[in-house]
Amino acid sequence: MEKREERVVEEGAAAAAAAAAGGEAEAVAEAEAEVNPWEVSGKIDYDKLIDKFGCQRLDQSLIDRVQRLTSRAPHVFLRRGVFFAHRDFNEILDAYERGDKFYLYTGRGPSSEALHLGHLIPFMFTKYLQDAFKVPLVIQLTDDEKCMWKNISVEESQRLARENAKDIIACGFDVTRTFIFSDFDYVGGAFYKNMVKVAKCVTYNKVVGIFGFTGEDHIGKVSFPPVQAVPSFPSSFPHLFNGKDHLRCLIPCAIDQDPYFRMTRDVAPRLGYHKPALIESSFFPALQGDTGKMSASDPNSAIYVTDSAKDIKDKINRYAFTGGQDTKEKQRLYGANLEVDIPVKYLSFFLEDDDELEHIKTEYGLGRMLTFDVKKRLTEILVEIVERHRRARAAVTDEMVDAFMAVRPLPSMFG
Amino acid sequence: MGYTKDQLLARLQELRIEFSKYEHPVVLTVEAQAKHVGNVGASLSKNLFLKDKKQRFYIVSALADTKVDLKVLSQRLGLGKGGLRMAPEEALGEILQVPLGCVTPFALVNESARHVSLLLDQGFKSQQGCLFHPLSNDTSISLNTLSLDKFLKSIGRDPSYVDLEANPKVGKDQPPDLAALVPSDSIVLPEFAEGAPPSEHSNENHAATDVKPKAVKAKAVKTPAVAEKVKDKSSTGVLPSISFTDAGQFVEEILDKTSAILLSEIRDDTVRQHGEQLGAVVSDTLRKRLSSELKNLAIMFKNTAYTEGFHAGTRHQPKRP
Repeated sequence: MEKREERVVEEGAAAAAAAAAGGEAEAVAEAEAEVNPWEVSGKIDYDKLIDKFGCQRLDQSLIDRVQRLTSRAPHVFLRRGVFFAHRDFNEILDAYERGDKFYLYTGRGPSSEALHLGHLIPFMFTKYLQDAFKVPLVIQLTDDEKCMWKNISVEESQRLARENAKDIIACGFDVTRTFIFSDFDYVGGAFYKNMVKVAKCVTYNKVVGIFGFTGEDHIGKVSFPPVQAVPSFPSSFPHLFNGKDHLRCLIPCAIDQDPYFRMTRDVAPRLGYHKPALIESSFFPALQGDTGKMSASDPNSAIYVTDSAKDIKDKINRYAFTGGQDTKEKQRLYGANLEVDIPVKYLSFFLEDDDELEHIKTEYGLGRMLTFDVKKRLTEILVEIVERHRRARAAVTDEMVDAFMAVRPLPSMFG
Repeated sequence: MGYTKDQLLARLQELRIEFSKYEHPVVLTVEAQAKHVGNVGASLSKNLFLKDKKQRFYIVSALADTKVDLKVLSQRLGLGKGGLRMAPEEALGEILQVPLGCVTPFALVNESARHVSLLLDQGFKSQQGCLFHPLSNDTSISLNTLSLDKFLKSIGRDPSYVDLEANPKVGKDQPPDLAALVPSDSIVLPEFAEGAPPSEHSNENHAATDVKPKAVKAKAVKTPAVAEKVKDKSSTGVLPSISFTDAGQFVEEILDKTSAILLSEIRDDTVRQHGEQLGAVVSDTLRKRLSSELKNLAIMFKNTAYTEGFHAGTRHQPKRP
């Protein structure tokens, strides 16, 4: 869903008040962290965010429970606190333990460029959930959304949806358990009936409150929200979940999406459906760090899946913001500032071995390891990930996309 | 970025394609190349990268001695009399992703070249071996047409051999005989020096976990017409791996990877360190290092098989009653 930059939220007002009250440094600190559906910037305090949004922390006991139920090590993103918040995940697990399965729902607004690593993270995690729990997955490509918000043609948005589908499939989803659909192809029938039911439950004022629409926005935008709400309801997919109206839904997403799904969760009980559960991730930092903006006009702010090994090495070496000291001598004396060091942060996302990560953090923090070494290890890992992705993507044919997107039954989706 | 020489050669080996490799100093012309590999018992080729007025591109690969008349070729393709000319230098880098002096049929391995048409000299067929650059001017490889065809088929191309010296009449009752070789799509080169910058990414529905820029502007990166044809400069080859369609190859690849780790883990020092336990230790290491990778391979194999079945299913004829 697009973001709107002009919307004023409580934090903005609070920051203005703090500034007026004097103490510039304080005001700056207040103004730093901005998290609302239109803007994420500054140093984020995730605890405060959880409080403000009203969701729950994903604590160790839940992670342990996942391990027990799935008989495998929890995903690195769970162990490292990348996916750190949730709504009703414990209920999903309760139901699962009783033998009631669930399905996964995630999606993407198809954009024109290749995906970067930040885009892949929710898909990597969703794949793990699919494999660990052996449940089906629906993936929504909101080509209509892009057509409206980015003002591209219908054909172009459909073409982009298919291109993005290839990268998504390359993440390793199981075709016998996965249904990918684009809005332009699929909206209609049971899906549309649910859209109308949802639309009837949400007032114009409410969507203005959540999405910040103004009188100047075209009606396409205003009526879009139900499109991304209804995949949470199993009756939207009669070819998959016929008769399973009480099947629960789990949505892996980034925490800035929380406000959108609050709308869905609000509506669900009124329609007689379970509220969808959420499992939420923190933000993937830009190469330049917290202060840097991951900007699509700056290809050096992210690692793309089309980057060559050389590109990756160059980007890490030249643009990654480090917490290392300026000179070797200082580094050995003071050690690195792990709080701001991007290579270490990236390693915490992608280095699977907990022991090795601890070792690097200790040595680097104490100054016994140099930034150069950390960057080198990171480059190795990222190159491996990107090359594996490229190889998998090269094997995705148009026919494979057709198969994933075909409206067909998935008989072994819970097997 | 485009395929490298090493990636291409590894690919040929994977496909079990026979070729001989000759390394030499960088050469930019056939004459210079002849000085180094003129006597190896294989025939030199000359390779032209051409374009027509409608931004369609061609590689004409011929024996060095074959006379290639661009005016005749242009008519035979149905492009009129002066329709073909040498492609500009930038196109070499953008589309074929090879340096100057390195035009070669092998450049078609790159995604960026998927709409480039290839015309091969019929004369190649009678040669024991023909010499081409494997994406780099400092090497030449010789292979016969059977091998070249095998490669081309592996990247989804149908090899087209043409009598390049023929000069058939082209007129009202004699249609251009090579018209089928004109590409269906034109290729527009990007106007920006760096290739297309990625477009502004918005707050995607479920997939975005990154820090958003403060000002989100809806910005179309390129006009739709250009966007249609231009491929990101850093996109790579079109080769799908055979390991995903051929069960034998699939197993070989798994065994190769396993052997490699096994051999690297059994060394004097590890034998001394673990003694009798080495087997259990290496077994654990194998699982740890390979489990995820092999599962990914397996899922792609499964998806590929399902896709083929699905495709066949959409075309199958129901049983007669």
